[in-house]
Amino acid sequence: MPRDEARRWGLSGGLRLVMAAALTLLAPALRAADPPGAAPVAGAKEAPGDVDSNQIQVPPPPFSEGIFPCTQCHDGKTVKLNTTRRKLVDMHDDIVLNHGPNRWCLDCHSAEHRDQLHLVDGELIDFSKSYLLCGQCHGDKLRDWKVGVHGKRTGYWNGQKQYLLCVNCHNPHSPHFKPLKPLPPPVPPDQIMAPEGGAP
Amino acid sequence: MSEAPKVPAAPPADDESQGVSRRSFLHTAGCAAVAAALTGCGHLSTEEFLQRNFRELDKKELGEIIARLEKEYTAKFHKKVTVAATPPMPGVVFGYALDLSRCIGCRRCVYACVKENNQSRIPQIQWIRVLQMDKEEGVSLLHADPYYDPPLVPQEGHFYMPVQCHQCKNPPCVKVCPVKATWQEPDGITVVDYNWCIGCRYCMAACPYGARRFNWGEPHLPPEEINPVTEYLGNRPRPKGVVEKCTFCIQRTRKGRYPACVEICPTGSRKFGNLLDPGSEIRYVIENKRVFLFKEELNTQPKFFYFYGV
Repeated sequence: MPRDEARRWGLSGGLRLVMAAALTLLAPALRAADPPGAAPVAGAKEAPGDVDSNQIQVPPPPFSEGIFPCTQCHDGKTVKLNTTRRKLVDMHDDIVLNHGPNRWCLDCHSAEHRDQLHLVDGELIDFSKSYLLCGQCHGDKLRDWKVGVHGKRTGYWNGQKQYLLCVNCHNPHSPHFKPLKPLPPPVPPDQIMAPEGGAP
Repeated sequence: MSEAPKVPAAPPADDESQGVSRRSFLHTAGCAAVAAALTGCGHLSTEEFLQRNFRELDKKELGEIIARLEKEYTAKFHKKVTVAATPPMPGVVFGYALDLSRCIGCRRCVYACVKENNQSRIPQIQWIRVLQMDKEEGVSLLHADPYYDPPLVPQEGHFYMPVQCHQCKNPPCVKVCPVKATWQEPDGITVVDYNWCIGCRYCMAACPYGARRFNWGEPHLPPEEINPVTEYLGNRPRPKGVVEKCTFCIQRTRKGRYPACVEICPTGSRKFGNLLDPGSEIRYVIENKRVFLFKEELNTQPKFFYFYGV
């Protein structure tokens, strides 16, 4: 803080030399806080290749507990492969597929490589890159997501950010954003000075 | 309070090499006595009364004031409260964008803001107001309801428009302040010096967005709920009788972080960044999306943009 203050007071006091010196001292620190895209941030983990920024850290996909890896059961022995389009019973019957017409599991989940997803052209992708799968139909959303306009970013506006995957907000099986209970409305002016507890 | 300027801002330089001269002692004591008599502010300390406008303080004075405030807040809230005076970053002008096609009116932002910025809980002060509007009417204040309270949002046939300080480039609130207690910083944030504000509320009358709030009563903030990381021009606890407003979370954004409302929004409707950086999200929104300025015809030139992301 003292250096920051020196900068402020260097300015207002007209001590330009002091200011220049302080700025020179601060320059590396400021550069470190440069806007995104200017320089890749060191230490960024697992940057998905397709996304043009090196800073993207996607969170782990929101699996239900104990469900991943899928090969725990789908190992080819415990559960036999059945590629017939059908309504699932016994397992995964809690999943309501409400995502466009005529879809079923293996349109997105790979039959042979159970711990992965596949694109329409058959290319296998990890669950952490599921946005590529979504982007096949929702290309405009993928484009906006990559530049940070669709979806949420947290962290630093001029540095390291955390992203959310599509599936962190949209259940892939039923993607419409779910309604929420709103937090309480403001207290109307005539009750604003009400004692403990505020408005009734 | 109009008498205040007659009081010299600081005692004249002391001729004697050490100690406090009789003259300067009497001067200060006299000023304080006059001050207390004039204002009726018995509880105001001499230092507080003689404190100058934030923009006129030198480094030493600011340091003393910050130390005094930290001590005061720490004692009041029973935990270490820090007060910083972080300067604006060079080459940065903050801008904000809100996606009207995504906001669902859940008010998470309102309460995240209250928590982050130490607003009074009772009487209630909230910097963000979410308006529920009719889709058929469009953006119309005649059809806006801030008190909606259905079990679930969004409600059919409605959209939601949160309103907070627009950080105007041409701010009417700054223009009308008779004592220059509010001004626009180089990074575009309009701030208030709570120690200089006289509570006339002209700024509230001038603001076309209803973005400013007045502490009509003694602000009540439970010690366990205080955010102890505060900024002099931002979220430090306010006294009764002063105006406050959104500062784009100055205590966060000047350190590179996103504002609290951006981070809490469950729909990702809120975008924030540096308007001078061509690669920023905010610039992308302005250049590629349908953007509108609220009450554009007033020429306030907001740095808060509403857009349609779809």
